[in-house]
Amino acid sequence: MNVLAPLGRVTLIFLAATGRIVLFTASSLSHCVRPPIYPRLIGRQMIDIGYYSLPVVGLTAVFTGMVLALQSYTGFSRFAAESAIPNVVVVSITRELGPVLTGLMVAGRIGASMAAEIGTMRVTEQIDALSTLSTNPFKYLVAPRLIAAFAMLPLLVVVADIIGIMGGYMVGVHKLGFNASIYLDNSWDAMEVLDVVSGLVKAAANGLIIALMGCYHGYHSRGGAQGVGAATTNAVVSASILILTANYVITELFFAI
Amino acid sequence: MTDKPKIKISGLSKRFGSNVVLSQLDLEVGRGESVVVIGGSGVGKSVMIKCVLGLIHPDSGSIEIDGAETIGLSERDRDAIGRKFGMLFQGAALFDSLNVWENVAFGLIQGRGLDRPSARTIAHEKLGAVGLGADVGRLYPAELSGGMKKRVALARAIAAEPEIIFFDEPTTGLDPIMGDVIDRLIVDCVRQLGATALSITHDMASARKIADRIAMIHEGRIIWAGPTGDVDASGNPYVEQFIHGNAEGPIQMQVRAL
Repeated sequence: MNVLAPLGRVTLIFLAATGRIVLFTASSLSHCVRPPIYPRLIGRQMIDIGYYSLPVVGLTAVFTGMVLALQSYTGFSRFAAESAIPNVVVVSITRELGPVLTGLMVAGRIGASMAAEIGTMRVTEQIDALSTLSTNPFKYLVAPRLIAAFAMLPLLVVVADIIGIMGGYMVGVHKLGFNASIYLDNSWDAMEVLDVVSGLVKAAANGLIIALMGCYHGYHSRGGAQGVGAATTNAVVSASILILTANYVITELFFAI
Repeated sequence: MTDKPKIKISGLSKRFGSNVVLSQLDLEVGRGESVVVIGGSGVGKSVMIKCVLGLIHPDSGSIEIDGAETIGLSERDRDAIGRKFGMLFQGAALFDSLNVWENVAFGLIQGRGLDRPSARTIAHEKLGAVGLGADVGRLYPAELSGGMKKRVALARAIAAEPEIIFFDEPTTGLDPIMGDVIDRLIVDCVRQLGATALSITHDMASARKIADRIAMIHEGRIIWAGPTGDVDASGNPYVEQFIHGNAEGPIQMQVRAL
């Protein structure tokens, strides 16, 4: 038995999948900028992605900010460096935790529902039906989701940043005994435009990744309920991994000198 | 122009991996003619229709619509050809996020840019043509029975008054009476529109009712074709076996997995 054969097979499958995703992405993006555009569908997706994700994103952010302040305190108090807590909270939230955790939560919520919805449409021939009714499925299904996710993720991250910093403030002031105005002053001083901007760029990239993975896996799902289930899992897993990968790459582009 | 076939399929081949589904399939459908392709499950009937619709790209062969080649067209030219088509899917394939009238009007609103009020009027007209009242228009597909779904799907397929209508197993999964209702509606609608129809089915009762001409597909090619009246005297052992539903005969069903 040739030991290299399985390795080669896996490599080929991986390369083929990568190629399909790249082609899917190129085709999707080109349909986002060419008419017809469906404003109603984009609006509906924006409400779904932006508005209905607020509770999940808000809860994630507030507890992240709170635990960040608490953990930093237990560590920093050993070096009498408690005053750095507002700083740590603001930088961590705006640079990393806001965009990454928002991305992961939305991937679970939205990426999964996109894959399930489009996957079901695929296996029940609804996508074929779209084509026969003179409607391009890329324009009707994929483009509105991509545009909406790309636009809404940065807004969600702004909300997550604010709520996360507020979570840190609550623990800092009410539990660790910081002076409220000093904590706020320190937080404000620690806020850098570049940090926030890098976070928003990450958020927009995450939005694209989530929508692309959700749509791609849904669009290519096969074989009934099981296929749709697999598509949903793959959408969330691949989106999560790509979010973490993109996070590192974008951080490197912004901050590695 | 009138002597040209509406649909001309020649040398159509398609395989998925090592599984050859269509091999050198030839079929012509004349203008205003209703051709029914019969054949067992998994012999490539659906793939053939999807190739004509442009949903599947064949490996080789040619498909001419009104004498013009459709394989290898640009996306825009493909769309123009697609406007001539209507399709009734096996599982109805209604959009479950839209209600019934929006489903019927979908091609008119999204595809042709008609405004919603006039599209709604046409949708109700077409629902009437398949025997459904305006009150059904407000329901969602999940609230409909199988027969009603098929009727709505038929109304959707004819809403844009296509020149060619495809029917994929129109009566599968329906009781015999509802099957007959759908068959009659198909015949009426096709005649009223003066459309060309290409159907696939394994229901012989349905095929006899809606077909002007019947063709039998086996192992990826057409093995017999002739007027509906001749199907009982085809002299072809494959056709004989199929229309009488015998397990014994030249067609060996793959009962076990390969």
